[in-house]
Amino acid sequence: MSNEAMVIDYKYCTGCHACEISCQNEKGLKDGEWGMKLTEHGPKKLNGKWFWDYVPVPSKICDLCVDRRAEGKVAPCTLHCLAQCMQIVAIEDLPAILADMGEEVAVFIP
Amino acid sequence: MSERIIQCEDGTVKMRTCAWSPPGDHPVGCGMYLTIKDGKVVKVEGDPEHPITGGRLCVRCLTLPEYMYNENRILHPMKRDPKDRGKDTWEVITWDQAADEIIAKWEDIISVYGREALLSFQGTGREATLYHSSLTFTVFGSPNTVFPMSGDSCYGPRCSVADFLLGAGYPEIDYGQFLRGHYDDPEYVVPNYIILWGKDPLFSNPDGFFGHSIIDLHKRGAKFITVDPRITWTACRAEYTLQLRPGTDAALGIGMLQVIINEDLYDHDFVENWCFGFEELKGRVNEYTLEQIEEITTVPKEDIIAAARAYATNKPSSILWGLAVDTNSNGTQVGHVIMSLIAITGNFDIPGGNTLSVPASFMGKWRYECVKEVEPEVRAKMIGLEKYPGFQAAHACAHPDMILDTLETGEPYPLKMAWFFGSNMLANTSVAQPKRWYEALRKLDLIVGQDIFMTPTAMALFDYFLPVATFAEHDGVVLPHFGRNTHMVSAMNKCVEVGDCKSDLEICFFFGKRVNPKLWPWESIADFFTEQMYPALKITFEDLQEEAWHYNPFEYKKYEKGLLRPDGDVGFNTPTGLIELCSSLYEDWGEDPLPYFKENALTHYSRPELAEEYPIILTTGSRETTSFHSEHRQIPSLRKIMPWPLVQIHPETAAKYGIADGDWVLIENPLGKAIEKAQVIEIVKPGVIHAQHGWWYPEQEGEEPNLFGVWKTSINSMIPHFAIGKLGFGAPYKNLICKISKVDGLDALGTLGPETELGAIGSDPSSRVAGKEA
Repeated sequence: MSNEAMVIDYKYCTGCHACEISCQNEKGLKDGEWGMKLTEHGPKKLNGKWFWDYVPVPSKICDLCVDRRAEGKVAPCTLHCLAQCMQIVAIEDLPAILADMGEEVAVFIP
Repeated sequence: MSERIIQCEDGTVKMRTCAWSPPGDHPVGCGMYLTIKDGKVVKVEGDPEHPITGGRLCVRCLTLPEYMYNENRILHPMKRDPKDRGKDTWEVITWDQAADEIIAKWEDIISVYGREALLSFQGTGREATLYHSSLTFTVFGSPNTVFPMSGDSCYGPRCSVADFLLGAGYPEIDYGQFLRGHYDDPEYVVPNYIILWGKDPLFSNPDGFFGHSIIDLHKRGAKFITVDPRITWTACRAEYTLQLRPGTDAALGIGMLQVIINEDLYDHDFVENWCFGFEELKGRVNEYTLEQIEEITTVPKEDIIAAARAYATNKPSSILWGLAVDTNSNGTQVGHVIMSLIAITGNFDIPGGNTLSVPASFMGKWRYECVKEVEPEVRAKMIGLEKYPGFQAAHACAHPDMILDTLETGEPYPLKMAWFFGSNMLANTSVAQPKRWYEALRKLDLIVGQDIFMTPTAMALFDYFLPVATFAEHDGVVLPHFGRNTHMVSAMNKCVEVGDCKSDLEICFFFGKRVNPKLWPWESIADFFTEQMYPALKITFEDLQEEAWHYNPFEYKKYEKGLLRPDGDVGFNTPTGLIELCSSLYEDWGEDPLPYFKENALTHYSRPELAEEYPIILTTGSRETTSFHSEHRQIPSLRKIMPWPLVQIHPETAAKYGIADGDWVLIENPLGKAIEKAQVIEIVKPGVIHAQHGWWYPEQEGEEPNLFGVWKTSINSMIPHFAIGKLGFGAPYKNLICKISKVDGLDALGTLGPETELGAIGSDPSSRVAGKEA
């Protein structure tokens, strides 16, 4: 298992699809294949408050771009994300990072 | 600072550039590296060093190779016999042949009809908007350059209102864009509230504002107030959502002003020292009751009061004003109330408020010098010069609605040639009544257009098609806010060549040098830009290419420092030297000097006799990340995300008409028809629908009568012609009435071509719904 995780602060994810497209570009994926896939929840009024969230979900193709990152570059999804709400972190750092981020955060270990 | 050119170990080269167009967008200048392999762009990556975008890129730039190397892209100049307009009988020619033939033909027109018979159209937002007027003035020798959207309903109205009331350029929210330290600069303060007024900026980067900056500010504590008929994604995170009836913005603003004034929440010091006409404004806004305003806007008065208090008592706060200000015949007044809100709360030109700017002399000066080259007696014939003096005072271009009338009637003189600078006007991007424009333009003797793809407009009308280079294929500069409030100038760097394409400016050079070389003396594009920018910035174009982006000088509170007036006095560059809450200009132009609310031409209140048959309120024009107006419909990755035009319908309304999510829906009103796909969604109120614009189908038959299916989704066929405000600005693109019904498919009614509908309304006597004042 990877010792790293993808942390998505999805209260800020605007559903821009930049992660999907930049991943397809990076990995040279065919039509209909994806390393990241956006999911949408809402819009809906729940308990009197509006709710409309997007959460990008990594697929089995996602390897957190270990090779690219070993060259000192960042993963294309985290670079291009318009809301800057994605990061790749060491699993051992998760408790401290999550403690700072508040609500509506997802952690993926692809 | 990032490097301009990086040689990679695998033999590829990475070249830095900042984007403008095409593909179209407004001038943000997002920073990126293009990876070049064997002379082709194979990859696009954001430049993390860019001070505004920080490496972020949207899907339109990330799919740039699909656009540049698309199998449908036009790569060579082409001609077609005018008799064959609408037929795919194009013949490839050289640039020289194109120029020789076009110039010979326009010289024939000039000799019979005069230079005023030559006309140019700009599209929206692309670089050509900065250059086409100069070509029209110096090469055609005609004053008739026009943005053909009814009431000039995009950006021009807001700039003009700012010019009239503030004597300044477009006021943009302060997002630290001028400061080297950006959000962390010691001078910067994060706004407490940002009002998103008729603007959902995330995916349109409107006017040069980088839309996701509001997310950056939200992370840093800024709260949102939204003024929008829809509950947008941003509205879901807002403290206050003012979900108004489309087109009633002026009434809402009057209500907010009334609360702030009557509850004594305004900035007395700023009002006393820097504003003119406060007592008059106070009197006017008290002519309405909040109960009346609630009835007009459908926004509960408690929400109006709460939002007004939040904005006024949490300084600094800012207002991001959007296209909905322009697409409204009452829009001059909407702009007036928004400027007044910012002024009386003292939020102009303070950190975290709304920045003010002197419009940059860079480029504007050139255009101004070029208009003087039009012979005075020809210049006097500019369409709209006499009827709309306020419009003309704000910008030197012909009036769009009057141009259509002139094309149709030949009065006061015939127009004979049109040149399209990247305008796909028939595809519901700009003009109201596109079928009328189509019929009127078909009568012209000569039509030339420059674009990337064979659009419905090109297939229907052009005689000569001139292929345009993308931003990856030419040198240029990016001017956010088109020079009206420009925080930095960025370099677009030529990285590759594709086909036989030229940039919009290179095409202007090509014709300029042939016809009027004295006024087009520059050896190269670089020389031209150096001459334009050196006096203001003291750098050459080559310096800018190395530097990548260059900040303009900036200070807050310019009105206290004598930086807004050409005479160097403190205050504002208006007749009174103050912000004019009561305009000293409007009465001379036939307009009320104070803001008021007025219904648009085609609503349930202005046309109650139509309410029963057309019970639905129609709003249009919101943006998707996958397209810039009518562009990108042929880009596979983007079309996959947004395959069909969507009409958003509330579940209660959908159920009432037997419409399910995904059904095809016919939308119609007395003027026109369009078919879109239902998205049943609660973000619109019951009885209100939102329909996408800018749709055509590159995969369909291009020849007439189908024209890539453009008439099937002609949402703009429902928008009245010439139903505009008194100053000549603003048309009802976002506030109309209609009815809806389920149909079998996009093709359910055939091509829906011009023979099916030719709408008119308002002042036009041929209108089927005329008879009342527009």
